[in-house]
Amino acid sequence: MSVSLIGHSSALASTKVKYLKIPFFFEHVSAGFPSPAQDYVEQTLDLNELCIKHPEATFFVRVQGDSMLEAGILHGDVLLIDRSIDAKHDDIVIAGLYGELTVKQLELKPVVRLVPRNKAYHAIDIPEEAELNIFGVVTSVIRNLRPQC
Amino acid sequence: MRCQMKPVFALVDCNNFYTSCEKLFRPDLKDRPVIVLSNNDGCVVARSREAKALGIKMGRPVFKIQQEILQHGIVTFSSNYALYADLSSRVMSTLEHLAPRMEIYSIDEAFLDLTGVASADCLLEYGQQVCAKVGAWTGIAVCAGIAPSKTLAKLANYAAKHFPATKGVVDLCQPKRQKRLMALLPVAEVWGIGPRISKRLQTMGIFSALDLAQANPKQIRNLFSVVVERTLFELNGESCLDLEEIPPSKKQIICSRTFGSRITTRQAMEQVICAYTARASVKLREEKQSAKRLAVFIRTSPFIAQDQRYSNAASAELIEASDDSRDLIAQAMSLLQGIWRDGFRYAKAGVMLSDFRSASMRQTCLFETGLNRTGSHALMTVMDKINQKSKGKVFFAGQGIKTNWAMKRQRLSPAYTTRWTDIPLVK
Repeated sequence: MSVSLIGHSSALASTKVKYLKIPFFFEHVSAGFPSPAQDYVEQTLDLNELCIKHPEATFFVRVQGDSMLEAGILHGDVLLIDRSIDAKHDDIVIAGLYGELTVKQLELKPVVRLVPRNKAYHAIDIPEEAELNIFGVVTSVIRNLRPQC
Repeated sequence: MRCQMKPVFALVDCNNFYTSCEKLFRPDLKDRPVIVLSNNDGCVVARSREAKALGIKMGRPVFKIQQEILQHGIVTFSSNYALYADLSSRVMSTLEHLAPRMEIYSIDEAFLDLTGVASADCLLEYGQQVCAKVGAWTGIAVCAGIAPSKTLAKLANYAAKHFPATKGVVDLCQPKRQKRLMALLPVAEVWGIGPRISKRLQTMGIFSALDLAQANPKQIRNLFSVVVERTLFELNGESCLDLEEIPPSKKQIICSRTFGSRITTRQAMEQVICAYTARASVKLREEKQSAKRLAVFIRTSPFIAQDQRYSNAASAELIEASDDSRDLIAQAMSLLQGIWRDGFRYAKAGVMLSDFRSASMRQTCLFETGLNRTGSHALMTVMDKINQKSKGKVFFAGQGIKTNWAMKRQRLSPAYTTRWTDIPLVK
């Protein structure tokens, strides 16, 4: 299945961050008297914090096709790519292969291979001389169950 | 108490930045010659390594190299500023983690202050780590030159870029190495020495960077300027220029463009001037300034017959400095009426805001003119906020809703990293 790049997290510039705020209060704050729970208010939950370690190295792509079906990656999913971590065996990666960006599982032993997760597709051996261009490691899958228009 | 350590600077810059950006998400372009064109797809403003090797020169009009483009399959792109700006900010952000202070010098270059960061014999390794990290995290390859002054760091970077044996990192802290490199480089390669100064230096027998470093400082100061003298000291390892961490505030804002197709009607020109004024006002508000002077210019192409040429400009001082688009647009319109002439085919126009005053300090005048209306600041802020989001744009009706004078960018790649909807079609 092929992958297309669609954007990057706006967590980069502090002025342009889009937060997903889910207020997390212990107790309902009523008007008038200060709430005894005030000291217990925690930070609001932020999706960027959950998914993104290094905004500079974070990219997004959109999945086409079903070659990674059995890994729980479906057509139309958005994948979060981290370039700051080294790809290891069994990581799901974005790679440049035959001039295209593709999402596959990486195997480093016994031989270097890019493996689809769908029985209808074949694994791709990467010979030693070939430069395997790993764009980054897939760290999160984002799926909108109610797609916005 | 400040520790008196000898300063160390690194100049880190991206290799073939624009074309590297275009290649990042196009593995099919890996070893292909790629060029990027200027506004209106006119001239070459960037070349990949392969395009340089084919002899494509910077600034060449694209219609003059059609032959080479076809013959070698040179891939051509329009300038994708959104993409370049985003990748640049990633590079700068990554560098920020790697040095206590830095100065962003241009879209693809930064000076780092590496004083005290690594011991003298580890600087090269540190430079290599910096380059490796930027390349890994952002996908953009960079080179680094390390030296005891900014001017020498620039030279070191030049060597890192042009001598492949250096593997992209040069440590120029040793005087012996500095002299060896400076002997190889013509004086015109030195930062701040342009063609005019280098010609004059050559008449004095100064041909290489080393010749300049060894010249008499007093003589240089008398014949040229204190700036060139400072350059001389910097070439000798004496740092005279510190990092500029906060960019100096702007003194003027210009918004001007050459048109995609000629403008012949007053109405179309009014749209243009309105749009440029609006854009310049946004930048003005970003700087938190108000402008007291506004200038408008319009002209035909300078390359046509004499009797078809027309060029004019007008400027005015506002009664009160303003950052309100409405006031600035009104002023710009009135200036335009004064210089507009029918019957010409205009190729370019522009608006310049100057004489800035801080937005918070305003000298109000004796007569209440209605400028700086109440709520103006609030309205401008809301407008700016709406326009920053990708959906929903607020603009002045005078700007024109559908424009055909907008910049021609026929070979624009997707905004891969700044728009959710910009998906490249992949098979």
